[in-house]
Amino acid sequence: MTWSQMHPLLTQALGETLRMVAWSTALSVAIGLPIGLLLVLTDRGGLLRNVPVNRALGLVVNVGRSLPFVILMIALLSFTRAVVGTTIGWEAAVVPLTVGAVPFFARLVETAVREVDHGLVEAVQAMGGGTWTVVRKVLLPESLASLLAGATTTVIALIGYSAMAGVVGGGGLGDLALRYGYQRFETGFMWVIVAVLVVLVTLVQLAGDLAARAAARRGRTSAAPRPRLPRTRTTAPAPSAPSASTPPPAVPPASTPAG
Amino acid sequence: MDANVITTTDLRKVYRSRGREVTALDGVDLAVREGEVFGVVGRSGAGKSTLIRCVNLLERPTAGTVEVAGRDLTALAGRSDRAPAALRAARAGIGMVFQHFNLLSSRTAQENVELPLEILGVHGRRTRAARARELLDLVGLSDDQARAYPGQLSGGQKQRVGIARALAGDPKVLLSDEATSALDPETTRSVLRLLRDLNRQLGLTVLLITHEMDVVKAVCDSAALMKGGRIVESGTVTELLATPGSELAGELFPVDGRASGPDRTVVDLTFHGDSATQPVISQLSRTYNVDVSILGAAIETVDGLQIGRMRIELPGRFEDNVVQIGHLRERGVQVDVADLTAGAEAVK
Repeated sequence: MTWSQMHPLLTQALGETLRMVAWSTALSVAIGLPIGLLLVLTDRGGLLRNVPVNRALGLVVNVGRSLPFVILMIALLSFTRAVVGTTIGWEAAVVPLTVGAVPFFARLVETAVREVDHGLVEAVQAMGGGTWTVVRKVLLPESLASLLAGATTTVIALIGYSAMAGVVGGGGLGDLALRYGYQRFETGFMWVIVAVLVVLVTLVQLAGDLAARAAARRGRTSAAPRPRLPRTRTTAPAPSAPSASTPPPAVPPASTPAG
Repeated sequence: MDANVITTTDLRKVYRSRGREVTALDGVDLAVREGEVFGVVGRSGAGKSTLIRCVNLLERPTAGTVEVAGRDLTALAGRSDRAPAALRAARAGIGMVFQHFNLLSSRTAQENVELPLEILGVHGRRTRAARARELLDLVGLSDDQARAYPGQLSGGQKQRVGIARALAGDPKVLLSDEATSALDPETTRSVLRLLRDLNRQLGLTVLLITHEMDVVKAVCDSAALMKGGRIVESGTVTELLATPGSELAGELFPVDGRASGPDRTVVDLTFHGDSATQPVISQLSRTYNVDVSILGAAIETVDGLQIGRMRIELPGRFEDNVVQIGHLRERGVQVDVADLTAGAEAVK
């Protein structure tokens, strides 16, 4: 196969994969975020303590998490047909992808939100804030970095699932790899597809890391006892020397802004 | 009009876990007067943390009532687990400061102070920002520090942000839950000074809990000692000093020292009120021509009055010193004979 033959096939398949992943990510976040929050809020000691609801949600999430995606996809065929009207094509694949990713993301949300210091919740309650205020002003902003990291993991998992969805008529890169790489022995094309997937996953991870770091930069510096001085020191004198291990040259204290 | 701003009546809190019951509060009656700084001291596990958290109903008491600024909060709370709007509104008028500051790490100092204003429904970003700046200025933080994130501030600065945040709702009452326990002694003093200033300037009533006697000594008008979920002693610092055998007074103003030999009389003198302005010891020494040796003393000057205790030794047995002791009592000094037989430790 020549590049000119591969190119249009690749463009189309990549487009399908991206659309599949984008839609299922959006839907998984939209559904998984409230479920993850509810898992924390309805738990013992939570603001909306409701043990039956918590147990039921936990059970649903666990069942969703324990089913292999291939099986989930086939089991959902009739549901998919009822929702989208077909079981073929990337639009149809969005349904099982979302159903598979929601419990996954919900657990990640739960873990992230549980890490928020309970003292902050109490502080807002002491100010007269209700549950919604706590969620909006404390739980979500304080766990933003972890939530973004969780979303990144979910996107990458969805890219993997989407390849499986290709096998049963979902289209995208997985479908392409199956039809050309496996059924027609186009090993070269197969490697091209693998390369595209590697680049795709790397880019997603990179973007996710950047976003998570940007969110974390503001808060998590509190781990260091006196982060203010080192920060002004390392950035002020020599931005060209990134090595943090070399001790910074003596900086006249006058150059640091008085805090 | 009741002069008490915080009143708890027969407050009980029982925790149930795995079939076992733990009584954290065992019938606490607390009365904090308007405009005073009231300190609750006790060891950890004495229930003081539970008590302060019951005052704004962060912790729901099992029985008893809590009244703050004339409102029965326990009645507002209703029976549900969640806080109804009326209780939330009442809480907004009670400031609270925490041991670990509890500032949002994703917000700057100023934005942290804006948070309660957002909850109170203060409209307009600019209005909130201006008010937050005012409050930060009041607690002694600069504009630079207002723009910093909590991670960039020192412990003392963080607690100042916490105090500014607690003042956002113009509270009548400030609750301080071990606010200085995570701070070094120097910072502790400056934060306590700030609390004292706010108490005087704004007429703010402060209820604080602490395990440090120094905190009570530094800022409190009144104090209570908690043990096993009960308040065992309570009163103004002067009242406590005047109470013979008061454990709080003993811990606030500890005096130590034993008789230097037989045929000595050791007495504890407690100064409160007017007596402290007179040079009683030297008067005693000159009038009766006796040598007085001071074994130990813990005296503080509060508002120009000396308050505290002193342990002195007089030559001769108790019988020989009856007149001298009578002289001291006439001068308004409270005298407790520490031990009749030399060498035995004082009766606590």
